[in-house]
Amino acid sequence: MSAIMVAPNRIAVTGMNARPDNPGPGLAVARCLREAKNYSGKIIGLGYESLDPGLHLPAYCDAGYLLPYPSSGDDAFLERIELIREREQIDSMIPCLDAELPIMTRLAAELEKMGVATFMPTSAQLELRSKDRLDELAGHAGTDAPKTKSVTEAGFFFNCGQQGWHYPFVVKGIFYDAEVVKSAEQGAAAFRRISAQWGLPVLVQEFLEGEEINLTAVGDGKGKMLGAVMMKKLAVTDKGKAWAGISIADERLFDASAALVAATQWKGPLEVEVMRTADGTYQLIEINPRFPAWIYLSAGAGRNLLEVLLQLMRNETPPEMEPAPAGVIYLRYAEDNIVPLADYESVIMHGWRVPVPEPENHKQ
Amino acid sequence: MTLDSIDEQVILPDPMALKRLAVSESGFVFDPVSGHSFTVNETGLVILHALQRDSRLNDIRELLSSDYDVDSQNLDRDLLEFLGSLSNQLEHP
Amino acid sequence: MTDQSDPEAQAGKLKPWIKPSIVMHRSGLVNKFGAVRRDRWQTDIEEVPIGELVHDFGSPLFVISESKLRDNLHRLMRAFTARYPSVRYAWSYKTNYLGAVCNTFHQEGAWAEVVSAFEYEKARALGVPGEQILFNGPHKPRAILERAIKEDAHIHIDHLDELYLIETIAKETGKVVDVTIRLNFETGYTENWGRFGFNVESGQAIDAAWRIARSEQLRLTGLHSHIGTFVLDQRAYGAQARIMCAFLQEAEDKTGCEIETLDFGGGFASHNALQGIYLPPEQVVPSFDQYAEAICTPLIEATYERSARGRPLPILILETGRAVVDDAESLVTTVVANKRLPDGRRCVVADAGVNTLFTAFWYNHQVLPTRELIGTPEETVIYGPLCMNIDVVRSSILLAPLKAGDTLVISPVGAYNNTQWLQFIEYRPNVVMVHPGKEVSLVRSAEKLDSITAHEHLPKHLSSPVKSK
Repeated sequence: MSAIMVAPNRIAVTGMNARPDNPGPGLAVARCLREAKNYSGKIIGLGYESLDPGLHLPAYCDAGYLLPYPSSGDDAFLERIELIREREQIDSMIPCLDAELPIMTRLAAELEKMGVATFMPTSAQLELRSKDRLDELAGHAGTDAPKTKSVTEAGFFFNCGQQGWHYPFVVKGIFYDAEVVKSAEQGAAAFRRISAQWGLPVLVQEFLEGEEINLTAVGDGKGKMLGAVMMKKLAVTDKGKAWAGISIADERLFDASAALVAATQWKGPLEVEVMRTADGTYQLIEINPRFPAWIYLSAGAGRNLLEVLLQLMRNETPPEMEPAPAGVIYLRYAEDNIVPLADYESVIMHGWRVPVPEPENHKQ
Repeated sequence: MTLDSIDEQVILPDPMALKRLAVSESGFVFDPVSGHSFTVNETGLVILHALQRDSRLNDIRELLSSDYDVDSQNLDRDLLEFLGSLSNQLEHP
Repeated sequence: MTDQSDPEAQAGKLKPWIKPSIVMHRSGLVNKFGAVRRDRWQTDIEEVPIGELVHDFGSPLFVISESKLRDNLHRLMRAFTARYPSVRYAWSYKTNYLGAVCNTFHQEGAWAEVVSAFEYEKARALGVPGEQILFNGPHKPRAILERAIKEDAHIHIDHLDELYLIETIAKETGKVVDVTIRLNFETGYTENWGRFGFNVESGQAIDAAWRIARSEQLRLTGLHSHIGTFVLDQRAYGAQARIMCAFLQEAEDKTGCEIETLDFGGGFASHNALQGIYLPPEQVVPSFDQYAEAICTPLIEATYERSARGRPLPILILETGRAVVDDAESLVTTVVANKRLPDGRRCVVADAGVNTLFTAFWYNHQVLPTRELIGTPEETVIYGPLCMNIDVVRSSILLAPLKAGDTLVISPVGAYNNTQWLQFIEYRPNVVMVHPGKEVSLVRSAEKLDSITAHEHLPKHLSSPVKSK
C-alpha cells in the first residue's frame, strides 16, 4: 500500500446522537475512522443536540460541533459549516443521517468550493431510493419489493380495505420510523404520530414475515460495489433496531446489492435492507444512503469500510477484497461517559466542544 | 406601577438560592440544588451578578441606567419581568 | 463584560438596551444554532424602506411587488414554452383577485380563470373579454351561465346537472357551445379530489363525453383536471399528463370529438413552509422547470402520433396561481406587546393575526424583524390581535427580544390572503403595490366603519339603542 497521503486529514462526521436504544451511525463511523489503518488525522463530530454523546467523547471525536437542523435551510447550514471549517480546517465530511442527505447532495458543489470534500450519492441516486420508488429499485436488484403506498390523510386507515390494504401492515415515516399496525385506530394513531415528526407523506407497506438481513458497502460511483459486509440481526429492541448481529455470507443478498450498485452507479456508502421471507423470496425493504449504526462490525470483520471510503476519496483504487468472513458477532451495550460541566457549557453556549490542551506531565 | 412601590422581599428571588448559583461569564448558569442550567443574556448577567452581591433594586436600576440607553419605564418593566422569571425558574423549575 | 473595561462606557457612551432574559435548558431544545438564522432582518421591500411604508400607510400593511408578479409569470412561461409549443396561462382569480394584481397578469397575456358569478363579473368589469375567461367551479347559477354563454366564455363542466342546464340555455338561444369537462382520477401521488368533475376510472367521464357527443347543442373541445394543492411531487403531474392524454385518445376515438385544449389546473407549490412538512421549502418545492419537465415530456410523447396524423397539438393551459403570486407579497405587522406564558414561553402580540393572514392556519411563514435584533434568541409564540385562542401567527419561532412598536415582515403571503381574509373584529388593512422605480400606490384602502355598515339595514323600531315608548 502506498504511503499515507495527507488529505483528507480533518474529517467531520455527522450523526453523533447515540441514545442507548437507538444510536445514530456517526459514533460508530468515527470509531472505524479512528481504527482505520490509512487514517491518523482529526475527527470532528457533528450533532444536533447538546446531549449528543458523540460530541462529548474525545476517544472518537477530537472536537464536537452543533449543526443547524436540516429544516432550518441552506443558508444556516452553509454558514455553520463555514464556521466549523474556519475553526477546525475540516477538509471533508461524512454525512450519516438520512435527513441530511438531501441538503448535503444539493450543496455538494458549494461545500467543494469551500474546500470540504464529500463522497456521497448524487441527487438522482438519492431520489431513486426514496421510499415510494421501491418497485423500481427492486427491479434493478432482481428482488421483489413489498407493496408500498404514500398516504396523506388519516382517513385512509378507515377505508383501506376497499383499496386492498388489509391489517396488519407497516406505517413508515418518509425519513425514519416504522410501526406495525393491526387496526384502523392504531393505523391512524401511528399516522398522526409519524407525520407530526417526519411530515407527509407517510408510507404504508405490506407486512412481511421473515428474517431481515442487511448489507453495507461502498459504491465507487462507476458501478462497482466494494467491501460488502452482510449481517443478520440476532436480537432487536422494541423499536426493531438490532442490538446484536452476526456477519453472514448470503450470495443472493450480495448479488442483489451488487446489481443495484451497478445499475445505479451508486456513489458512496449504502445499506441495503432485505427481508428473507419464509417462502424463500427476497424482498427489498429499503436502501439507506449512508453507513448503518452497526458499521463497526465491518472493522470487526476485518473489512473496515472507512478505509475503503478514504481510498475512494483520495482517488486510489481499493484492492480486491475477499468477502467478509461469516460468524463475527457484535453486541451493542451502553456505557456511561463522564462529561465535565465546562464541556457541556461550551456546547450549550458556543455550540462546540474543543479539546483542552493536555497538561505536560499528564502521566506520573 | 414603578419599582419604588414594590416590596423588595416579594419580588427579589431567595438570596440563598441566588448565592448557590454557579454563574459563568459566558452567561451559562448552573443551579447545583435543582441540577438545572440556564442561559442568561448580557444584561441578565449584569443583574444576576449584582443580585449575588446583595445589591438593592435601586442599585441595580442605577447600575443599568448608567451603562445602557434605556428610559426608566422600559427599564422597570423589563427588570420586573426578568426578576419574576428568575424567581420562577429557581423556585418552581 | 464588566463596566469599567468597556471602552464605550469609559467614553461615557451608553450601550443599546437589551431586554434581560433567562432561559432554562431543556433536553432536546438546547441548540441555539438549530433553527435560527442569525443576522437576518429586512429593512425594505423592493428598495422602499419599510418604516416609510408603515408611516404612510399604517400597520398592518400588505405590500405587493409589481415586478415580482411579472417576473414570476415570465419564468413560468419560459419553463413551459421552452418545452411545449402551445401554452396558455389563465390567472386564478381566487388566489388573489385584487384588480391591480389581475391586471398586471392580464397585461402579461394571462386569461382569467374564475369559479363563481362574482369572479366572472369582476373579470368582465376589469375589461377581460368573455372569450378569454375560463369558467370553473361547481356552482354556476343560471343567470351567470346565460351571460357566459352569450359572451363566449369557456365553460368547464363540473357535473351532469350543469351539462343539462348549459344544453337547455344553448337550445333556447340557438347556440352551439364549446365545452370542457373536468376530470378526476387517481394519480398515485395525490389524494383524488373525487368531488369535482367526472371520474375517469369508473367510466363517468367517458359517459359524459358520450352524452356531449350526442347533443346537437354541445361540442366537447377541452379536458380539464386539477389534481390538488401545494403538490410537492412533480411526478403527480407526469401521471396527470399520461392519464389525461389516454382519456383524450379514448374520447376522440369513441365519440369523434376533437380536443383542442388540455387544462392542467394548478397546484404548484410556492416557497412557503407548509406545517407538517419536515424539510424547508428550498429542499422540497420543485422548480418551474421540474414541473414543466414532468408535464411536457409525457404530453409530447402521448400526442406525438396524433400530431403526426395531422391534428394540431392541444393547447396546454396552466392555472397555477399560488406559485406565481405568493412570494410577490409581504405583510408588515407591528409588535403590540411582549408577554410570558404561564409555562415560561415568551410570546409576542402582533397587530395582524389569522383574520388578516388566513394562511397562518397552514403555513409556518417566514417572519423577519426589520432591524438587527440584539440578545439571545428564544422560542417565541406570535399571536395576533384577536380575542380568540386560535389566533396564532407562528406557534414556535426562535426570535431575539423585540420591543413594542417593532415591525416584522411576514412572507410569502400573496396567495389566498387577500381573498380569504376575515373581517372579524378588526378592519382589513391597506394593500399597496410597489411599482418599478420605487413608486408606491394604494391598491385597496383599509376598511372604515362605513365599509362594514354600508350593507346593513336597521328596521325602524331598532334604529335606536333605546326602546321607544
